[in-house]
Amino acid sequence: MSAATLIVGIGNPSRGDDALGPLAIERLEAMAMADVELLTDFQLQVEYALDLQDRRRVVFVDAAESGPEPYAWAEVRPEQDTSYSSHELSPAAVLHTYAQLYGTPPVAHVLAVRGYRYDLGAPPSPAALANLDQAIRRLLAELA
Amino acid sequence: MAFELETAEHPEKLRRVAIEPISRVEGHGKVTLLLDEDNHVKQARLHIVEFRGFEKFVQGRPYWEIPVMVQRLCGICPVSHHLAASKALDQIVGATHVSPTAEKIRRLMHYGQILQSHALHFFHLASPDLLFGFDSDVAKRNIVGVAADYPDLARQGILLRKYGQEVIRVTAGKRVHGTGSVPGGVNKHLTREERDALLKEAYQIIGWSRDAVHLVKRLFEQNLELYNEFGSFPAHTLNLIRADGAMDLYHGGLRARTMDGKTLFDHLDYNHYWDHVFEQVKPWSYMKFPYFRDLGPAEGWYRVGPLTRVSQCDFIPTPLADRERQDFIAFDAGHAAAATLGTHWARMIEMLHSAEMIKDLLHDDDVLAGDLVTTGERQGRGVGVIEAPRGTLIHHYRVDEHDQVIRANLIVSTTHNNQAMNESIRAVARKYLDGRELTEGLLNHIEVAIRAFDPCLSCATHALGKMPLRLELIDAEGRQIDRMVRAGDGTCSC
Repeated sequence: MSAATLIVGIGNPSRGDDALGPLAIERLEAMAMADVELLTDFQLQVEYALDLQDRRRVVFVDAAESGPEPYAWAEVRPEQDTSYSSHELSPAAVLHTYAQLYGTPPVAHVLAVRGYRYDLGAPPSPAALANLDQAIRRLLAELA
Repeated sequence: MAFELETAEHPEKLRRVAIEPISRVEGHGKVTLLLDEDNHVKQARLHIVEFRGFEKFVQGRPYWEIPVMVQRLCGICPVSHHLAASKALDQIVGATHVSPTAEKIRRLMHYGQILQSHALHFFHLASPDLLFGFDSDVAKRNIVGVAADYPDLARQGILLRKYGQEVIRVTAGKRVHGTGSVPGGVNKHLTREERDALLKEAYQIIGWSRDAVHLVKRLFEQNLELYNEFGSFPAHTLNLIRADGAMDLYHGGLRARTMDGKTLFDHLDYNHYWDHVFEQVKPWSYMKFPYFRDLGPAEGWYRVGPLTRVSQCDFIPTPLADRERQDFIAFDAGHAAAATLGTHWARMIEMLHSAEMIKDLLHDDDVLAGDLVTTGERQGRGVGVIEAPRGTLIHHYRVDEHDQVIRANLIVSTTHNNQAMNESIRAVARKYLDGRELTEGLLNHIEVAIRAFDPCLSCATHALGKMPLRLELIDAEGRQIDRMVRAGDGTCSC
């Protein structure tokens, strides 16, 4: 049976602040929350629509190259997406795919944590890690 | 050649067209079209990021970390890098031949990767163009449009991908960041339960894959002239081949042929790839341009990938896929097998082949038991080559006496195809660019050509909302006279 809440951390651990999504998942894993499933991946793909089945809510945690500091918390709704590449899919497009296949998707939010540098091999920046601290506090408050 | 427009005479323009660092990290594509005095397209250039940074990144790391680390190159085909690196490091640990169990589990992992990547490419990326047409409403040209009008097809695409990922999970140990392949072999067998669960679905997967091949064939039949001609160009080819001439996506020798069918080399030991393939640097691109040394940089560029592999092998060693290969090669007197959009057809034949191979390997009890790791006399240099979903992938490492990587050279599929993609875009731009104004229709036609190759950008990086495609039109004086940007959400801006 699926956990009611799914949290997906998106990003590459080896690219500076792009690691914020996977780092969020690492920290949440240590908390061993009940009825919460945690996933991490480099990027979203169509099969994540299948992971949304039987969920009450979904949260996508990702680094954001621009936007509010320290983070943005926003509900995300199904929306179409187009790309010339197979290398990116937005949370909204995953929801839209789900909607076309199975009907109304679960309530979903994006936690966009502001990042600043994405250099290969670089550790996450101190400023981004501080943003992540605050973002996780918000996430836990939302889940409570 | 229009390269002259950006050489020493106007060095400032070289800087102007370069991709800025932040874009290099995020990953994007940029196409510039250069016009002559008569407004004819003289040069089309696709600018894509390269992985040089990664080669430096792995220097100084202990060699046994590399198969896991290199997965961070690409979120779409991490298994290909995982296996190519493992094959190179087999040589470092002296494992000239890994055990039958290790090879079969690696192959299983690899065919799972090919299946899921090809399914994603076709159902998510290519089928909207093919099903709705290149000029159709942009709102429909995506997986959502397919799901709305072809719900069974969209569902099959997602389940095919999910199945491939499950094969990867049981062989690599995890859905992402797997650790299954190690220098000298693998670190786990399949359990009987895992094997049986995969086998239960294997026949359905083969059936859907075969349906997908037939779907592409029908699309070709319905649009014969367009499909044969669109973005097509003659090219030399490079691919791995088994000793008996069969398609082999995991291991073999290198086969190179010219565009008129002459063999340049065949069954070449890939440890000697550097004697035959060299990489040219061009000032306007971060990505190098590989070429056959014998033919030189101007004439020696080549194409890799599904179209090359299916058209250049002597046969496919699984019955259903080989039957489809024969149909493909014979179709319309061979035109489809030479067409850029024939890549989609070839890709589905490979997906069918992968599904058949997965079924056969799951029936082999070697994946349940047997030696996992082989070692031998330690070496300082290792080369691993594999046929990744998008084409030939080369990993080459040197390791010092302290077990640290001191040099790495990676030639990824997209780099092999660099000039070929440029040729395809050029062919499209010549036909569809009308005057000096960029249109959404032209942008999409260029996207269709790019999608046939599905180049790998700096894709292991992901940040919200960043993967635009930029199209720029530059006149004979080097001035930008029009530009258009497709944002990640599909919207266009000028």
